Amino acid sequence: MDATLNEWAGRVRNAAETGKTLRIRGGGTKDFYGQPTTGEVLDTTPYRGIASYEPTELVVVARAGTPLAELEAALREKGQCLPFDPPYFGDGATLGGMVAAGLSGPRRAAVGAVRDYVLGVKMIDGNGDLLSFGGQVMKNVAGYDVPRLMAGSLGTLGLLAEVALKVLPLPVAERTLRFAMSEAEAIQKLNAWGGQPLPIAASTWQAEALTVRLMGARAAVESAHATLGGEIVPDANSFWQGVREQTSTFFAGDEPLWRLSVASVTSPLGLSGPTLIEWGGAQRWVRGDQGAEQVRTCASRAGGHAVLFRGSQSLKASAGTFQPLSPVLARIHRNLKQAFDPKGVFNVGRMYPDF
Amino acid sequence: MAFINDVRFEVDKRAILARLKSHLPSQAILVDEEELRPYECDGLTAYRAMPLLVVLPETEAQVADILRACHALKVPVVPRGAATGLSGGAMPHEDGVVLSLARFKKILKIDPLSRTAVVQPGVRNLAVSEVAAAYGLYYAPDPSSQIACTIGGNVAENSGGVHCLKYGLTVHNVLKVRGFTIEGDAIEFGADGLDAAGFDLLAIINGSEGLLAVITEVTVKLTPKPELAQVVLAYFDDVQKAGNAVADVIAAGIIPGGLEMMDKKATHAVEPYVKAGYDLDAEAVLLCESDGTPAEVAEEIERMKAVLEKSGATSLVVSQNEADRLRFWAGRKAAFPAVGRITPDYMCMDGTIPRKRLAEMLEAIETLSGKYALRCANVFHAGDGNLHPLIMYDANQPGELERATAFGFEILELSVRLGGTITGEHGVGVEKVDLMAAQFSPAEISAFHRLKAAFDPDGLLNPGKGIPTLARCREYTQTRGTTSPSPTATPPRF
Repeated sequence: MDATLNEWAGRVRNAAETGKTLRIRGGGTKDFYGQPTTGEVLDTTPYRGIASYEPTELVVVARAGTPLAELEAALREKGQCLPFDPPYFGDGATLGGMVAAGLSGPRRAAVGAVRDYVLGVKMIDGNGDLLSFGGQVMKNVAGYDVPRLMAGSLGTLGLLAEVALKVLPLPVAERTLRFAMSEAEAIQKLNAWGGQPLPIAASTWQAEALTVRLMGARAAVESAHATLGGEIVPDANSFWQGVREQTSTFFAGDEPLWRLSVASVTSPLGLSGPTLIEWGGAQRWVRGDQGAEQVRTCASRAGGHAVLFRGSQSLKASAGTFQPLSPVLARIHRNLKQAFDPKGVFNVGRMYPDF
Repeated sequence: MAFINDVRFEVDKRAILARLKSHLPSQAILVDEEELRPYECDGLTAYRAMPLLVVLPETEAQVADILRACHALKVPVVPRGAATGLSGGAMPHEDGVVLSLARFKKILKIDPLSRTAVVQPGVRNLAVSEVAAAYGLYYAPDPSSQIACTIGGNVAENSGGVHCLKYGLTVHNVLKVRGFTIEGDAIEFGADGLDAAGFDLLAIINGSEGLLAVITEVTVKLTPKPELAQVVLAYFDDVQKAGNAVADVIAAGIIPGGLEMMDKKATHAVEPYVKAGYDLDAEAVLLCESDGTPAEVAEEIERMKAVLEKSGATSLVVSQNEADRLRFWAGRKAAFPAVGRITPDYMCMDGTIPRKRLAEMLEAIETLSGKYALRCANVFHAGDGNLHPLIMYDANQPGELERATAFGFEILELSVRLGGTITGEHGVGVEKVDLMAAQFSPAEISAFHRLKAAFDPDGLLNPGKGIPTLARCREYTQTRGTTSPSPTATPPRF
């Protein structure tokens, strides 16, 4: 075993034996996400680097501490990318953090989420065992799909060591269009367009303006523009970067930020506070001091759930970051935690207070 | 051939029957041998077992009652859809109840605006696309059995198909699964949005082979039908060149709608059966499909042709109309039954390997074909590295089934050594349960058992399938003479 992994496994075993907890941390760019957790920091950044990358296989394998910027640059050099636009939220973002947080950016509705691209993981479980699940091929149904389960589990089930990801070619052509439109009209249009074979890669509605990004073959982008109309947005890259990284003005300030994941056809939520819509209507960001209960009820009525994405410590403590689970699901979550981390070593309380 | 299931239960048949009779109408319970006989196997006909009973519920309430009864009396439950599976995942357990979802066959809702369909698990894969066609939509995953296989089974196996390089597997096309735990509690995985709170349990329900929960309702994503699709047939005088051409297409930044390959033995089996018009002199044929708007397809077909020509294709044929295209695909989709016509029996392997190892694998198969004196035709989802060698044998000839099985095992063990997997889309079931030890260490197998226990602590759902007992792993390691991978000596799976 690699010396670093050996050392990590030792620390995990030691923590399990002595009843200590560990807080897994890469670049720390997503420290704000989820609930606070305690424990000695286990820094993943020393275990970095691309282990293998073969563009013709559409697969890259890299160590968890690899800076996301380094990984994306290597892919770009070969004309490929992580199509789901993972947000960095800071310079030091790592591959492990990307998978553990499970967050996807503007293109998610069109191409899938982080979990859809995770093919394999090497991880250390709560017993200190190095385990390998999945692999480096696209189709693999041997054993349960643990690699995808790791995406978005916030490090509560294990310590990621290495990840294999599917990658895709960079789009040949792209164009960003803008339409003046009300919220209700934008939701209707986005869903109607979604039912047509149009190369819509990303969409954002905010402040009476709908912005749509087309990506694909040159001919497809041209003809979609002709069909849809709209005004060409000149500095499109910086616009989409602002949405992906939450640096645009909508996200500025200290007001709580709620993320609602709902059925794409859900009509305007009617919550007070500014709204930004993404993912063809399936993701709604809402700013302001909403009552948590009200937001969560609104999300579950719309077939989804709400996340207190950013907010003060006191609000997080009272409202919890994530939507409470049904009793049956909560039982299975506790059992899964027990299955992978029986002594409760990793990121305790980061997702839900009871594990 | 008998499969020795080493997970057994002490079951009181009269007690479970009495309890089920109090919840179900008599026609929903099958007990007589002649009624049970049709359930003794699934699409993997080489393995059979007779169940204790078969139940055919019609409502979720009945499913919950059946599960509560079986849970209380510790009776194993084997969920079953259309039983087209090729790994024995729906093969009965001798001590258990087969829970057939065949009567759950309603399409509950098609919503063209949100592009979703809510269907019961017994709805056939193709039926979803047929109903969605009125809205210009379809359900993308298209396993070759799509005329017969059902959505519940597709979720249980995480089925693929010939278009999954571009459109994904079942796991990428399902939003929500409703079902019941072994305790009879209703449970929902996923949501109407694109993600759900908590762990991504939807990801592990897909491909869980009926070991975690019983599925009663599935919300699938529907995809806009491309305006046009065209396929290029590229012929090669050398299998290796065809394999390299696949890598060249991907390297050129093209993700074809479908990218399939057949070797000469496969085209020779298929042609008399389907009359697809394949060139029978070629050593291999690639089917490379482009879909999208007419302008997009024209642009991509030109790019594909240029790459394939450069890769050494001896000739290229482009479909000129939809009839052409369907005929070209009909040959590929009918490969299994076509091979079935030229041999009394065949066994379909399902390993996946990194594409670059294809030539090595095909060479090894050729050698093994000589070693076991059995013919083998190769059909290959080339785009995603999923190989379907069809091993031909005659079960009535003493020893042939055993030779075919050993042949298959060697192919799958090589798949693992080449950095791949023993199963790409057909599942582990009973067929490959022992081979799991070739791919996973005892610690990994134990983790799988603990994951299952998180859902089903008594191990009542589809016992003995999918994940081998540790005793089986030890036996495999001893008899196959290989050491199972340990964390320190892991083969280069990454």
